[in-house]
Amino acid sequence: MNIEPTEAQWLHDQAEISIEELAELSGLPPEMLLELVDYGALTPVNAQLPADTRSAPWSFTADCIVAVRTAGRLREDFDLDANALSVALALVERIHGLEAQLQELQTQFPRLRGKR
Amino acid sequence: MKYKDYYEILGVKRDASTDDIKKAYRKLAHKYHPDVSKDPKGEEQFKAVAEAYQTLKDPEKRTAYDNLGRHQPGEEFRPPPDWGQQFGEGGFSFDDIDLADLFGSLGGGRSRAGGRRGNIPIPGQDYEVTAPISIEDAYRGTELDLNLSVPEYDGKGGVHRVPLVFKARIPKGVTDGERLRLPGKGGKGLNGGPNGNLYLTIALQTHPLYRVTGHDLYLDLPVTPWEAALGASVDVPTLGGPVRLKVPAGTNTGQKLRLAKRGLPKRREGEGDLFAIVQIVVPASPTEREKALFMELANASKFNPRASFPTGDGK
Repeated sequence: MNIEPTEAQWLHDQAEISIEELAELSGLPPEMLLELVDYGALTPVNAQLPADTRSAPWSFTADCIVAVRTAGRLREDFDLDANALSVALALVERIHGLEAQLQELQTQFPRLRGKR
Repeated sequence: MKYKDYYEILGVKRDASTDDIKKAYRKLAHKYHPDVSKDPKGEEQFKAVAEAYQTLKDPEKRTAYDNLGRHQPGEEFRPPPDWGQQFGEGGFSFDDIDLADLFGSLGGGRSRAGGRRGNIPIPGQDYEVTAPISIEDAYRGTELDLNLSVPEYDGKGGVHRVPLVFKARIPKGVTDGERLRLPGKGGKGLNGGPNGNLYLTIALQTHPLYRVTGHDLYLDLPVTPWEAALGASVDVPTLGGPVRLKVPAGTNTGQKLRLAKRGLPKRREGEGDLFAIVQIVVPASPTEREKALFMELANASKFNPRASFPTGDGK
């Protein structure tokens, strides 16, 4: 059987995402996403606009999808409110940063040494 | 269908209060949640715990579960004859599903389903899958065979498992941890709702030669003491084939020699670099002749690599 392959898309290539779409993707209610923006856990592309601007609502880059899906999971599984969620998200992000740094350092550490 | 003892999974008695169930769940969630726990088996454990909690926290589902009767965990069983009428709306085929699917399909189980009535369009679920691929495949781009088994809801409370088999084309330029989206490859939408998406997380497999960070590759480059001291031209394997690299005279262990643009390709344009990390290696069992030559060098050389150490009684 020959199946036509599906093209995998880059998340970065997606157009900017509205708060409603983020809500849909994460299962978080839009009000909670607004709170997360308030606490600095999420940064809209056009962050300088006030939240209640109707004419040009906030939009987000597709990279946010990963963070909000994590947020969605954490809220669902741990019953967290927006305040606790934003703390958790900040910590998760820091851990990811540290893990990336650690990995980078490990790649530079020669493997030969241990092999004698 | 295989029986699972949800009470046992959560470590609570069968007459535990909802509060106790919640407490037990939270304790286990802290221990096993994949976003929190470092336990590599945590995810599996957490899934079992979450599945048990999803059912037991909801009084209606808990009653339905209790009415399945008691069985040994793992034992094949069928719900009592009138169970389907009593708790679902019939339409179950109990053979090709597991307990989680069954309770997922019961009232309110799918939070966005809005009950079982409606003609409201319901978008399909999103799935997340980790795709391990080799560094060579990331370099060239590849096609991945995905073979999943997913629950399919018919919108009337019925559910069964369906295989989801397809190929995904992974473009070149991905690196470790990259997220890709396969539009429409998630769960089926209901009542004209759109299908969900499938999110792929790329996990690069470890490679015998290369280590990856971002789009850069690192490679250990073993050289002899004389190559390091005198300089040499050596062949270095790259993903695009061997490349001749000049090791400058006076190279030390740990020095990084850069092969520009020999790393992984980037998404839009350009490539990462390949870094060869020099490792000076001495022969493990030198011949007599080699030993004699090293001895001669030792006697002739005034070089002191430990000149910066404090002098004194160290001799």
